[in-house]
This record gives sequence, structure tokens and C-alpha cells, in this order.
Amino acid sequence: MRLVLEPRAHTPTWLNISLPVLALLATLVLCSGLILLAGAGVIQAYTALFKGAFGSKFNFVETLVKAAPLIFTGLAVAVAFRAKFWNIGAEGQLLAGAMAAAFIGAREGLPIWSFIPLMIICGFIAGGLWAALPAVLKLRYRVDDVVATLMLNFVMFYLMLALVDGPWKDPLSGYPDSPDILMDAEYPILLHNTRLHLGVLLAGITAVLVWLLMTRTTLGFAIRAVGENARAAAHGGLPVARVVFVTAVLSGGLAGLAGVGEVAGLHFQVMASLSPGYGYTGIVIAMLARLNTLGVIPAAIFFAAIATGAETMSRTTGVPVFLADVIQGMSLICMLVALLFTTYRLRIRGSEKV
Amino acid sequence: MIRVAAPLLFATLGEMFSERGGVLNLGIEGIMLLGAMVGFSAAYFSGNLWIGIFTAALTGITFGALMGLLTVTLGLSQHVSGLSITMVCSGLAFYGYRLVFGQPSQPPNVEPFEALSVPLLSDIPFFGPVLFDHFALVYIGFLLVPLAAFLLYRTPWGLNLRTVGENPQAAASAGVRVAWVRYQALMISGALFGIGGAYFSLAQFNAFTFGVISGRGWVCIALVVLGRWDPWRCAVAALLFGAVDALQLRLQSSGVIDLPYQIFLMLPFLVTVVAMAVLARNARAPAALLIPYRREER
Repeated sequence: MRLVLEPRAHTPTWLNISLPVLALLATLVLCSGLILLAGAGVIQAYTALFKGAFGSKFNFVETLVKAAPLIFTGLAVAVAFRAKFWNIGAEGQLLAGAMAAAFIGAREGLPIWSFIPLMIICGFIAGGLWAALPAVLKLRYRVDDVVATLMLNFVMFYLMLALVDGPWKDPLSGYPDSPDILMDAEYPILLHNTRLHLGVLLAGITAVLVWLLMTRTTLGFAIRAVGENARAAAHGGLPVARVVFVTAVLSGGLAGLAGVGEVAGLHFQVMASLSPGYGYTGIVIAMLARLNTLGVIPAAIFFAAIATGAETMSRTTGVPVFLADVIQGMSLICMLVALLFTTYRLRIRGSEKV
Repeated sequence: MIRVAAPLLFATLGEMFSERGGVLNLGIEGIMLLGAMVGFSAAYFSGNLWIGIFTAALTGITFGALMGLLTVTLGLSQHVSGLSITMVCSGLAFYGYRLVFGQPSQPPNVEPFEALSVPLLSDIPFFGPVLFDHFALVYIGFLLVPLAAFLLYRTPWGLNLRTVGENPQAAASAGVRVAWVRYQALMISGALFGIGGAYFSLAQFNAFTFGVISGRGWVCIALVVLGRWDPWRCAVAALLFGAVDALQLRLQSSGVIDLPYQIFLMLPFLVTVVAMAVLARNARAPAALLIPYRREER
């Protein structure tokens, strides 16, 4: 007797809704063991985590602010993965966008109205170019895209460090970070006395725009067709290489916008700690959203909530803040397994030879 | 150069085994990090470095098996499964370290391995100190290369592994248990990742820091491609990478070339990309890499 996975003919609606919830619960149960190890109460820790994420206007805004870059990187990865361009390089593309924004934002003499549009455009282009490089390497030289995008993250990171420790070093502070961008280049604050900036709104709007692009335009159709079956797409007359290239630029540009938001709305400069791995988290968010660009929004808010909530939890219960990383990784594993059961079912079969 | 290459050699050979079996194991970075943490803690409390290495290997095997559960049994995406394992393992490593050691002002450290000179051979001028004056782990790493080549090319198990990675359907009809072979490959790779990671915290830095691996696991993925899934070529690739890494350290300290030191840190990653652009055209990955195998789909 053994267990086998069988494809389902169709998925009942209640499974589609209950399985992700179940996955989430399983994650929390699995991680509660770690909380016990830290000598804290499981209920208290999770309550503190929830309160830290949603408990007050301030906390909720912090969660949204943290979600903004994750929405952008999640979109970047979702778009790229749809075309089976395995872009693991959102981290580097984010940094490229951030550096472009910091460069433009610190230029004196530009018309005041032009700062924000220019930063957005240049940030998009910078991120897009940094993704175009591995796309060309893949299409022309058959370099594996996973490896190339991954390696280029480190190249961009050290490039940024070299800049902020050298030519871009802030003469005022003397620390290895770039000079602040001008006041006129900062994203306006949307809610008085909070850090809720324009970038958060832009992230939501972009998600809707990308969703429209993916579902309602020929380019979106081409991207999905190439991802589902490149050979069939080529037979159907689609310029596969060009579609992959455009997808890569679009994906990199979206990741670049995450960087623009962090510079223009939050830090007003670039420094080593600009991104705590938003590019990598974007991969997980895109997968949790099942590469659905609208689903990226709740997935990003969920991850941001865990990250902000974990800080409060750590302060009040003494559980190390890194629990957030474990919860995030574990939730991905649980969600993957849960989603599997929406398309497959588990059957017990007799021991006949197959 | 040899000292820098040795830990990468463990991890690269591990990745080679799993990819030869048809599974891309992106858990490498996280498993190395967790191996470094667990190995360090075990060595710190037992006072025995070998116990540390052993525990790190066991940890790696556990997560290799988990990778098998996700990608082989359940047939989930290898990219995403690997990345999620990396996330969980790095999270666990940081969490565990904070739990065990708190936030010390001075990171705790262990007595590192002592260099083990091979008598007579290490007295040979130039080559002696370069080749025969290292930690025991370095020798083990390099002995692993012929061992891996033997396993892969000269044993029935190696033949099975290669067939499973190239054509799992054919392997299955020849009576090979595809899933089990892949599990074995993944557990071997996990063990080698764990040892490679522990090498950093036990032999190289003598302490665990959050940046102890910092991308070196990912480099090994590239080294496998450069080494074209062959143990000997992988060893050459690891040595070359070690040479570039050693060179950048030398250039940095010599001050001959006046560049910011970050440029040198970038060099190994840049060289890897360039080398892949030059060499990857001829590389041919195992045919069944990334493709889950299900019996029904025959």
C-alpha cells in the first residue's frame, strides 16, 4: 500500500479558500515551537506580533510603508516568472533604481516639478538596464538566468558600496552614505504625522496597471504565451527572444521603482542597509500570489506585517526578531504544499506494480 | 588560494551531485549558513571541532531530505523550494544564534583547526607549504574530488544517478528507484553544504557572524555550471575562484592598484558571470534538471 498524488479533474471552491488559510495556520503552529524554545508564551508572542503590525494607526502605516517595496519587487518577479525568465536579481535592480533616484534627487537646478517624474523614469530605466544584461547573456550566450541575475546582485551591491564610500560619500556626515536628496525631490507625505508617502499609493496603482497589462494587452498575452510554451509561441509567430527581453526590462524596471520609493519616500539617500533583501522576498511574495499581480498586494502586506510585528514582539517578549524570517520561509513552504493539493489529491493505493 | 577554495569545493561537489540527479538545490546558501551556525555551536559547547563538523553535516542531511520531500515526492518547483529552504535555514541560523549566544559585545570563538603538515612532503620548497601545510579539512576536501569522480563514473550507484538525471523514465524502466536516488543525492549535497558552511565558522573565521557565507553558496551554483557537472572540472573551477579571491585580497593589501576595496570584493562575482558567458555556450546541463518525475506521467 502506498500514497500517490493524482491530478484533480477540478478544484472545489472551498479548497481554494481553505487551503491557504490552513497553510498559514500550519506555519504558525510549526513556528510556535521556536517561540517555546525562547521561553515565551506562544499566544502572547503572536498577539504582540499582530498588535505590532496592525494595533495602531502608526503601526499599520509602518506595515504599509514596508509593503510598498515588496509590492514592487513582487510584481517584478511575478512578471518575469510568467515568461519563465528566472529573475532572482530584483535585489540588484532595486539598488540600481535607488542609485538613479539618489543621483537625480540631489541635482540642483532642475525645475521643481520635474524631480519626481524624472526619478521615477530614471529609476525604472536603471533597473531595466540592469535586468537587460542577464537577459542578453541568456539569449545570446546561453548563460543561466538564475545564476547571472544572482551574481549581478552582488556586483551592484559592491558597486553601490564603492560609490557611497568614495565619490558619493556625504561630506557632511562622513559616513558611507550618499548626500540627502533635495526637499523638492522627496515624495509628499499622504497622511499627516506619519511616514505614509506617495510611493505606497504608487505601488498599489502600479499593481493594478501591471495586472491590466498582463491580462488585457497583447504584450501581456505574449508574455504568458512564451512562459507557458515557448516553442508553441514561436510557431505562432511570436518573437520569443524579444518578448523575453522586454519582460526582463519591465521586470527590472519594476524592481527599480522599489528602489526609487525607498530613496524618495523613506531614506532620502542610499547606504549599505537600504534593502534588507526586498528583492529576494519579492520572489516569495510572487510565489505566494501564484504569480497573480493583484495577489501580490495582500502577500506583500502579509510579509510586511510579519516584519514590523516581529520587532514589537521581540521588544515585549524577548523572542529574537529573526522569527520573522523563519515564519516567512515556512509560510512559503506550507503554501506551496497547500497549493499542490488544489491541483492534486492524495490517494491510497494497493501495492500493485505500476 | 587552496584554503579559500576548500569550503567551496565541498559545496560545489554537493551541488554537482544533486544536479546530476536532476535537482537544482538552491537551498545551498541557507544550508551552508545553518551548517556554519550549528557546527560552530556544537564545537563551542563540546570543545571538539569534529563534533561540530559532524553536526553540521547531519543538519545538512536533514534539510537535504526536506528538499527531497518538496521537489521529489511532491514535485514542487525546484527554484522556489530551494529558495524557501534557504530562507528558513538562514532564519533558523540567526534565530538559533541569538537564542544560544544572545547579543554578545565580543562574538564567542573557538580554537581553530591546527594546520596539519604532511611530514617530508611539506619540506619541499615552494610546493611543500602550498600543498601540504593545511587543516585536515582541506585535505579531505581535495580527497573528495577523486572519490566523487569514482562514485559518479565507476560505480553502479553513479550510473544510476546519472541516468536519473538524464532520463528518469529510462532509469525507472531499468528498475532504478528514481525518487530514492534523488533523495540520496540531495542528502549527500546537504551534508556537503553543511560541512562547507562549518568550514567557514570553524576553520576560516573561528566564529559565527551573520555575514559568514554572504553569497558564497550562490557562487557554487555557478561553479557547477563552469565545471560542467564534472568533479574534476568543478575542482578546477573552485580553485580558479579561490585564486581570484586570493588575488583580490592580495591586491587589496598591496595597494599597487588604487581602487576602492569594494571593487575587489565584486571581482569574484563579475569574473563568474564573464566566465559563464565565455564558457556556458558549450555547457550541457543534465537533461532532466528542474523536471519533477512522476510515475503516472510516462
